[in-house]
Amino acid sequence: MKFSNPARPDAQIGLARARPQARALVQGRGTFASDITVPRMVHAAFLRSPYAHATITAIDLAQARTMPGVVAVLDGAAMADLCTPWVGVLTHLKGLKSAPQHPLAVGRVRWQGEPVAMVLANTRAQAEDAAEHIMVSYDPLPPVVDAAAALAPGAPIIHPELGDNLAFERHIDTGNTDAAFAAADHIIEADFTFGRHTGVTLEARAVVADWNEGEQRLTVHQGTQVPHMMQTIYALHLGLDESQVRVICPDVGGSFGIKIHVYPDEMAAVAASRLLRRPVRFAADRLESFVSDIHARDHTVHARLAVMNDGTITGFDIDDLTGIGPYSAYPRTSAVEANQVINLIGGPYRFAHYRARTRVAFQNKAMMSQYRAVGHPIATSVTEGLLDRAAQRLGIDPVTIRRRNLIPDDAYPCTSPSGMRFEALSHHACLDRLLTLMDYDGLRAEQASLRERGIMRGIGIASFIEITNPGAAFYGVGGARISAQDGATIRLDATGRLIVQASVTEQGQGTTTILAQIAAEAMGVAFEHIRVMLGDTDITPYGGGTWASRAAGIGGEATWQAARALRDQILTLAASILQETPTNLDISGGAVIDHASRAERITLAELARIAYFRPDTLPKGIQAELIATRHYVPREYPFAFTNGIQAAWLELDTETGFITLLKHWVVEDCGTIINPLLVDEQIRGGVVQGIGAALFEQCDYDSEGQMLNASMADYLVPMAGEMPDIIIGHVTTPTAESTIGAKGAGEAGTAAAAAAVANAVNDALSPRGITIDTIPLTPARILAALATYADGVGRG
Amino acid sequence: MTSITLTVNGEPITATIPPRLHLADFLRDHLGLTGTHLGCEHGVCGACTVRLDGAIVRGCLVLAVQADCCTVETIEGLSDSGEVADLQHAFAARNALQCGYCTPGMVMTAQDFLLHAPADASRAAIREHLSGNYCRCTGYEAIVDAVETTLNARRTS
Repeated sequence: MKFSNPARPDAQIGLARARPQARALVQGRGTFASDITVPRMVHAAFLRSPYAHATITAIDLAQARTMPGVVAVLDGAAMADLCTPWVGVLTHLKGLKSAPQHPLAVGRVRWQGEPVAMVLANTRAQAEDAAEHIMVSYDPLPPVVDAAAALAPGAPIIHPELGDNLAFERHIDTGNTDAAFAAADHIIEADFTFGRHTGVTLEARAVVADWNEGEQRLTVHQGTQVPHMMQTIYALHLGLDESQVRVICPDVGGSFGIKIHVYPDEMAAVAASRLLRRPVRFAADRLESFVSDIHARDHTVHARLAVMNDGTITGFDIDDLTGIGPYSAYPRTSAVEANQVINLIGGPYRFAHYRARTRVAFQNKAMMSQYRAVGHPIATSVTEGLLDRAAQRLGIDPVTIRRRNLIPDDAYPCTSPSGMRFEALSHHACLDRLLTLMDYDGLRAEQASLRERGIMRGIGIASFIEITNPGAAFYGVGGARISAQDGATIRLDATGRLIVQASVTEQGQGTTTILAQIAAEAMGVAFEHIRVMLGDTDITPYGGGTWASRAAGIGGEATWQAARALRDQILTLAASILQETPTNLDISGGAVIDHASRAERITLAELARIAYFRPDTLPKGIQAELIATRHYVPREYPFAFTNGIQAAWLELDTETGFITLLKHWVVEDCGTIINPLLVDEQIRGGVVQGIGAALFEQCDYDSEGQMLNASMADYLVPMAGEMPDIIIGHVTTPTAESTIGAKGAGEAGTAAAAAAVANAVNDALSPRGITIDTIPLTPARILAALATYADGVGRG
Repeated sequence: MTSITLTVNGEPITATIPPRLHLADFLRDHLGLTGTHLGCEHGVCGACTVRLDGAIVRGCLVLAVQADCCTVETIEGLSDSGEVADLQHAFAARNALQCGYCTPGMVMTAQDFLLHAPADASRAAIREHLSGNYCRCTGYEAIVDAVETTLNARRTS
């Protein structure tokens, strides 16, 4: 199938279609979980632990129960009777351990913000009032805050039954790393530190749970990426059959991986609905989001690179350490990010010798787990930071060292030293395109002339690889009931239009729109004649939902195949009505046409009318079947890797330490582009999330495990005023695994933006011989680094 | 409880409410106007931006009792009157929204900019005016484009 030919009939794939759903959203007429009101609904509020680590010695709920509007007050013991605990491990992450986690803490609290008790009242305000009257006595325990300290001998053990605080450890050793480093002309060494940050979805997590005692059925309206996974979880832990649970996913106010995990407060709200036999709404407020949403990226990496005089890199030696909070998240675990970091380091480059260790430690901070571009930004920052240092040491241009080491575009398929299999990537083509787009030589000349006037500007470049379209390799092989396949059902309605029901979900990235485009082209009907329904376990085929950039590549392909199957069924029916052979017919423009002459034979509307209202006129033995379902999962490769490259151009103010982002470029290759408008905006949004990590975002904790900046006034996020315009280019290498050839694009922006910005800052600082290996690159950090330089000059 | 009388999207409203209720909760929970969203409830994110007597305010930083005898306009009102139809069309056409949660507040703020900006306002001026409205999805550029497109179209119409 050649989607690159724009003149093909009924072309939809590749068109920059605006999203029809935007019409409701721009009017404020979307429906988010936090908008949903159900009769007799009560509101949940939680009392959360003020300590990072303490024993609960007593809980007194009596006074809270007398407060106005209160329906129920529950503690951990009461909740343990309603909902079984969970353990966030997967068998393919060998050795990963964690402890049972309850909806409300039982006996001991292990992070500041952990839910301890729950109030259900007629309004949220009443529930919060009553929560203030819950009396909890704590016996504080020494908190284990720092990941390295958590693994030190004699550290307090967060879960005594586990023996130590090491949740997971993995080693990779390929080639002969010691020999490679012994033979290296240069060894580049650096310690990278990444700030712990979080998703800050503008709509905080929200769930409306509605147990119907009469129907014996639970309906949960939830802002989630994974309705079927949540259906399984609720059934399993509340002792229900899956058929008793319906999860409906309305509009989702941002997710980015945050709304893909099992959260204790949400489980408590759902369990409480069953206890009370009435609906319960829990909508987190911003303050509790900061201490209860999943955090990510709290890593320190000791990294060494072996490089030869001609710029050839020969080996990486990596030691990664991360702290994940007191539990491994459920059901996806908190070891995946660390695993990805060591899988992806060095990924764009050709080298043979790789040694890596990652260690994942329990600690008394909020939990960490998967957030957009899991592991990618860390791997990219380490790899690209080392390459820039190597270029500097060798006195060659950052582009030169990349050109020398990027895997050649004709070397595929190939396998990385960490075992990642690449079907077909385009690093050199992307680099070429980037240099043209940004006028690299012109920018270097501009930078040099400004430097003479004391203006410090920097250029940073970062190549990346991106994991998309995951099959069962991520979770299914480890025993999790997280589906790797997705399905689509398409039916012709009685007016000749199509209804698509699919198991992938929408969080604003445009899933609904691209499925409509795919169905329209596959069938030969107008885009406007497709209606897409997603996010409801009662009405969609079973599937994994939307995560790890899989909706387009997997859900899109299922939709294509379902539409083609239905098309064949329609042609069979049309052939019998028209007394023609199906191969002489085609569908285009919403009608069955003659294949050769393209002349219309019968419209789909007329065909539907006959099939549904006058089946008596059909030939004997002909039963119209105007619905088809297909499922899809890639089988050749565990992931469809994409690739790309980013560049940042910025100015650094040495007086204030402030950075002004001037421009940012991305060239990426996500295979067949179904909708360039949506792909480009995915990438821009991802870049800005990566810039947030580079410059602003960090969950600051003190030595007692208290988060110090848990509000939007204190935790800085990128705003419109500081962000640059972002120029995007594409190289297109479709995956041969599917008909459409689409790979994912959701992680690409975030994967390398921080690396590009950090490299640009260090490029700006290079005349002073300073490099900074810690993000976020706050003004304070930059001024401190500049002061070190000034001290050095003073001493020299 | 306190009694207030106000006009919301042209409709006269009388309500008896707790004095601590903020305007955004009043609009959402008492009037069902859920287009006004809550993102932080401490005046930082801009998701709850509404118009109070013609000026944009954070609905979470105004008590509902402070709106007594006032005129309140929300995204639903501006949508139905057609006042922002061109801006909304530009947002949709440029894909200047993804999840759509910030969008009502963004549209309210952008319309405030468009009503007061000079015809030759720069992109930097647009970014500056929108810099109190948080969007996690788009990276802002498409929003700036949509506002700039509307500014240019209104100038030439």
